Amino acid sequence: MKKVFSRPQSLKDAPFHYCPGCGHSIIHRLVAEVIDELGIRERAIGVPPAGCAVLAYNYFDVDMAEAPHGRAAAVATGIKRMLPDRVVFTYQGDGDIAAIGTAETIHAANRGERVTSIFVNNAVYGMTGGQMAPTTVVGQVTTTSPGGRVPLRDGNPLDLSEMLAVAQGSVFVERTTVSNPKGIIKTRKAIKKAFITQLEDKGFSLVEVLSPCPTNWKMSPAEAARWVDEIMSQFFPPKVIKDVA
Amino acid sequence: MSEKRLMRGTHVLGEAAIRAGCRAYFGYPITPQNELPEYMASAFAKIDDAVFVQAESELASINMVMGASIAGARVMTSSSSPGISLKQEGISYLAAMELPAVIVNMMRGGPGLGNIAPSQGDYFQATKGGGHGDYRLIVLAPATGQEIADMTRWAFDMADHYRTPVLILGDGMMGQMMEPVIFPDPIDPASLPPKNWVLDGAQGRPSRIIRSLWLDMDREEELNWHLFRKYEMITKEIPDQELYLIDDAELIIVAYGLAARIAKGGVHRAREMGLKVGLFRPKTLWPFPAEPLRRLSSYVEEILVFEMSTGQMVEDVRLAVEGQCEVSFYGRPGGVVSTPEEIARVLASAYHKIPGREHRASAGMNGPGLRVTA
Repeated sequence: MKKVFSRPQSLKDAPFHYCPGCGHSIIHRLVAEVIDELGIRERAIGVPPAGCAVLAYNYFDVDMAEAPHGRAAAVATGIKRMLPDRVVFTYQGDGDIAAIGTAETIHAANRGERVTSIFVNNAVYGMTGGQMAPTTVVGQVTTTSPGGRVPLRDGNPLDLSEMLAVAQGSVFVERTTVSNPKGIIKTRKAIKKAFITQLEDKGFSLVEVLSPCPTNWKMSPAEAARWVDEIMSQFFPPKVIKDVA
Repeated sequence: MSEKRLMRGTHVLGEAAIRAGCRAYFGYPITPQNELPEYMASAFAKIDDAVFVQAESELASINMVMGASIAGARVMTSSSSPGISLKQEGISYLAAMELPAVIVNMMRGGPGLGNIAPSQGDYFQATKGGGHGDYRLIVLAPATGQEIADMTRWAFDMADHYRTPVLILGDGMMGQMMEPVIFPDPIDPASLPPKNWVLDGAQGRPSRIIRSLWLDMDREEELNWHLFRKYEMITKEIPDQELYLIDDAELIIVAYGLAARIAKGGVHRAREMGLKVGLFRPKTLWPFPAEPLRRLSSYVEEILVFEMSTGQMVEDVRLAVEGQCEVSFYGRPGGVVSTPEEIARVLASAYHKIPGREHRASAGMNGPGLRVTA
């Protein structure tokens, strides 16, 4: 019998705690598949955030260092500078990377740190219960924007990836989705390219993944996936934002 | 041993760190300690594999320290009071994750932006927590250039040995003062004992996790008791102090760092006046050398605590002394540096007020600083 599907080596045999319909499980798998494919499991070091994905260290079977909220890019900088031949990646949500950790992220990108960031954008603070995030879209209802996000009061959704593309040290920035099969395939390709960029020592790479959060959006998994494709993608269009790799 | 060299405190610290095997420095500019990162930048430029990064913020720098420590490096950062406040988040994490690192605080006047003059207002922050959670920092207080060199080596060794962050607490003047120093011989970082907990890729071993989140409260409690036992061990093993002219002393002045240098000058002058006074200088602020001070307190009439603050260490002195003698306080906060003459006047005034000596007390001998009797 031919085996056609199995758990990637870079994932532990542990059930995910993520909610039904959440994108994290898919994105974890894609990152693990790419690490396997590139043969870098034994020299990969991951830095998960504070947020829903803080428990990523329970799932990835690679060395994992938990960072304080928002500081993953700085922690990754410290690790990578000491161990330049290892592959260092951060895995962060929108609140982590685009609010409390904006400065660390922009400066790591601008220094051209040879690290890869996986930026999971679900337009909401998930772990804390659905508050407004820097990437909450205009009009979106959250627990701290109960009447919908109003730009003049709440500010606008932050295009962090576009901001990072401006930084001289970033060489590959792409935005994808995991809300449909085509998007998932593109996400895998983007993650692979981002890791290769690091392996080739070219500079900072980041993949922003639009990811459904049915629980906090108060939608069914199918509705949440559609909302990513139809609404969220208008504010955050999936595309290659920068590629000078 | 190398030959004697005349160097300023910040440069002594940098050179001693490099000789201790430090190969990673992350920092952010702030006066009065900029000569330290500048020294590291130029020295590391000549050492292969040494890493200097000027970070975008104090937060970033302490988290880069975390990363380098996770990777196994002997790593250092430095700052001054307001910058150390910003680093506290990371310091709490370092303690929780049991990551060795050396942090230097060249204190300046505060609170707030304060000024850039030497001060000792950060004693509480350094010794009583600073960041959130139930943890301690080893806090070393050098008082001379030579001690900066020796304590910096000690700081790196203890950080690795106990797997805990160590704070070197100086002040703006200690950093600037030039003094002759003999450095310990350099260590080759490759000769240091291997660390079996670092993250360097799961090659030929199971993957590792370094973390501080324990959602299960029983696990978190276990971590807290584990840290507590470690801190108990440190409290037994490393307290250190200098005792100076205490054998016949009736009055002891307690001071650390720069204040202790000034106090020593005050003790000399008071001795010239025939007063039986001595100095007790804590070299470790945490753990505080409580036991030797407690023993001393049963022989002396009074202890006078002198700090360049409105009184912080004095609380630890009172706890140590347990009411066995009078404890009074003299302080100059805000970056004001007392003179030895001023301290001699304060000592004389206190000395003559010791019960049985009132008749000899002289009027108008107090200095301008705050003086409170317990």
